[in-house]
Amino acid sequence: MTVVATLSRQPGRPRSRSSAWRGLLYIAPAMALVILFFVVPVIVTAWMSLHAWPLMGAQRWIGISNYVRMIHDARFLSALRFTGLYTVVATIAIFAVAFPLALFVEKQRRFVGAYRTVIFLPVVVGLATASLLWVWLANVDSGFIGPLLKELGLVERSPNLLASFDAAFLTIIVMVVWKIAGFTMIILLTGLQAIPSDIVEAARIDGAKRWQRFRYLTLPLMRRTIALALIISVTGSILAFDQFYIMTAGGPQNRMISVVYYIFNQSFVSFNLGYGASLSIVLLAILVAISIVQLWLLKVGDDKA
Amino acid sequence: MTMTQSAFTLDPTMTDTRPTDAANEAAKAARARRRRNGAVAYHVAGAAIALFFLAPFAIAFLASFRSGPESMTPPLPPWPTTAFSLDSYRSLDTFGAGVWQHTLNSLVVSLATVILTVAISLLAGYGFSRYRFPFKNTLFVLIIATLMIPFQSILTPLFIILAKLGLNNSLFGLVLVYVTLQLPFSVFMMRNAFDAVPKEIEEAARIDGARDLKLLVRVLLPLVLPGAATVAIFAFLNAWNEFLAALVLLSSNDNYTMPVLMMAVRAGRLGAINWGAVQAGVVVMTIPCLIIFLLLQRYYMRGLMAGAVK
Repeated sequence: MTVVATLSRQPGRPRSRSSAWRGLLYIAPAMALVILFFVVPVIVTAWMSLHAWPLMGAQRWIGISNYVRMIHDARFLSALRFTGLYTVVATIAIFAVAFPLALFVEKQRRFVGAYRTVIFLPVVVGLATASLLWVWLANVDSGFIGPLLKELGLVERSPNLLASFDAAFLTIIVMVVWKIAGFTMIILLTGLQAIPSDIVEAARIDGAKRWQRFRYLTLPLMRRTIALALIISVTGSILAFDQFYIMTAGGPQNRMISVVYYIFNQSFVSFNLGYGASLSIVLLAILVAISIVQLWLLKVGDDKA
Repeated sequence: MTMTQSAFTLDPTMTDTRPTDAANEAAKAARARRRRNGAVAYHVAGAAIALFFLAPFAIAFLASFRSGPESMTPPLPPWPTTAFSLDSYRSLDTFGAGVWQHTLNSLVVSLATVILTVAISLLAGYGFSRYRFPFKNTLFVLIIATLMIPFQSILTPLFIILAKLGLNNSLFGLVLVYVTLQLPFSVFMMRNAFDAVPKEIEEAARIDGARDLKLLVRVLLPLVLPGAATVAIFAFLNAWNEFLAALVLLSSNDNYTMPVLMMAVRAGRLGAINWGAVQAGVVVMTIPCLIIFLLLQRYYMRGLMAGAVK
C-alpha cells in the first residue's frame, strides 16, 4: 500500500513488481473469461475448419477442402446472396424511418421525451420476442394485420403474409424497422445534437432554406454518426438469425436462410462441425473486414472535423 | 466550400420590409396561428408514430387476457369481450416444465450474469484504470477487440469447451458465455468510470486505513455506481433476451430459458399453434424489459451514448 501511495506522488516512474502483480490480479478474472470463451474458441474454430469433423467418430485433417467445398455450395451462396439482400434492404428501410424520426424528436418541445421513449421501447425487448409477437400479428387466421385489412374492406380475404417470399420478406422488414428504428434514431439524435446551434442559426439568418441547411450543414457534420449507425445496422443485419428462424423457419421454399442460419443448420442440425467451422471463419472474416472499414471511416470523419 | 457559399446567399426580399403597425399585428396573428397549426400537426404525427410503436405491445398485452376460444380469433378488438381470463397463461404453463420454471431459469441466468458481469468488470476496470503492468494496453485492446468477432461464429467450440468443463446443458455455463459477451462493453465503461474518479479521494481513504478490496467496495464503488448500473442494465437485458446461444447450449427441456421454451410453443402441437400461449409468452418476456428500461432509462441512455461516442 505504501508503495502505491509513494508512487502516485511520482507519476511516470515504473511501479514495483508487487503493484504490477496486483494490477494483473484485478484483471485476471476478465482475462480468463475472454481467453477461455473467446480467444480459444476462435483458434479452435480455425483448427476445426481444416478438418472433417463429425459429431461422432474421428476427425480427419482435410486441409482447405472445406473452403473449396463452399465455393461450389449452391445453398451457401444463396444464403450469402439472401443475407446481402436483407442487409441492404433492412439498412435502407431502418434509415429511411430513423432519420426522419430523429429530426422529429430533435427539438425540445412538449411531449418530445415521451415520443422518444415510446419509439425506443421495442429496442429493449429481445429480437426473439419481437419475432414471436409479429409472427402472431402476421398470422392469417388469428393475427392482427391480415384480419384488420379484411375488416377495413381493403382485401377480400385475409392474406397469408408469411406464405410467399415477397410478403414474408416485407413483414420481416417491417418488424425489424419497428424493433430497431428507435435505436438508430437515438444514435442519429446524438449526432444532430452535437451540431453547434450557432452555426445552424447563422446559416438560417443568412437565408439558407431548411433543405439547404440539412443538405449542406447537418449531413456533412453528421458524417461520423451516420457512419457509426450504418455500421451497427449492417453488422446486425449480417448476423440476423432469430427473425428467420422464428418467423418463417427459413421458408418459403428455404429461401430465407441467412448465413448464420446456414451455419446453425450445418453445425447443429447436420452436425458437419468442420464445414460449419469453415463457414464461421468466412463470416468472422467478413465482420472483421467491416470493423476495419468502420475504424477507417470514423478516422476519416475525424480528419474532416 | 463553394456549395456552402451558394447555399447561404441572402434572400433580398427579407432585408428591406417595413410593415405598418396594423400589418404587423396581422402578421403576428398569422404567425401565431401558423405556430398553433404546426403544433397540432406535430402532435397528430407524434400520436400516429407513438401508436405504431406501442400498438403491438398493447395488442399482445390486452389479447393475452382473452378466454381460450377467444384467443384463437383475430384481436379485433384486442381486449377480452366475454370475460377477463388467464386461460392463455394457463395453457402457456402446460409447455415444457411450466412457465414458472422457465421464467425462473431466465431470471437466474440474467441475475447471475448481472452479478458476475458487474463484479468482474468492476475489478478489471479498476485494474486498468489504476495500475501499471506489462502488456496493459495489449490486454485492454484484446478485450475490446472481441467486439469485432461475432459470437455466432464460435458457438461450436463454445459447446465443446463447456462440455469439457462439465458445463454442457448447464445454466451456469450459459451465464459464463453471457458474461464474456458483456465484458468488452462493461470493462470499457468501468475503466472510464474509474478514470473519472479523482486520485485524491483514494489517497485520503488510504490515509484513513482503507486498502485493496475494502477501499474498492467501501470508497470507490459508490462513486462508480452509475457506471455499474449501466453495466448491470445491459447485462440483464442481453442475457434475458438472448436466443441463439441458449438454443444451442441448452439441451434439456427443464433448463430452457423463456425464448427457447417459446420455440416449443411456436412449433405447436399436432400442427395447431396455441396463439393464446404465444401472446402470454410474449407478455412474460416483454414486461421485465420494459419495466427495467422505464425505471432506469437514464443509465441505459448513458451506456448507449458511451457506446455511440467512443
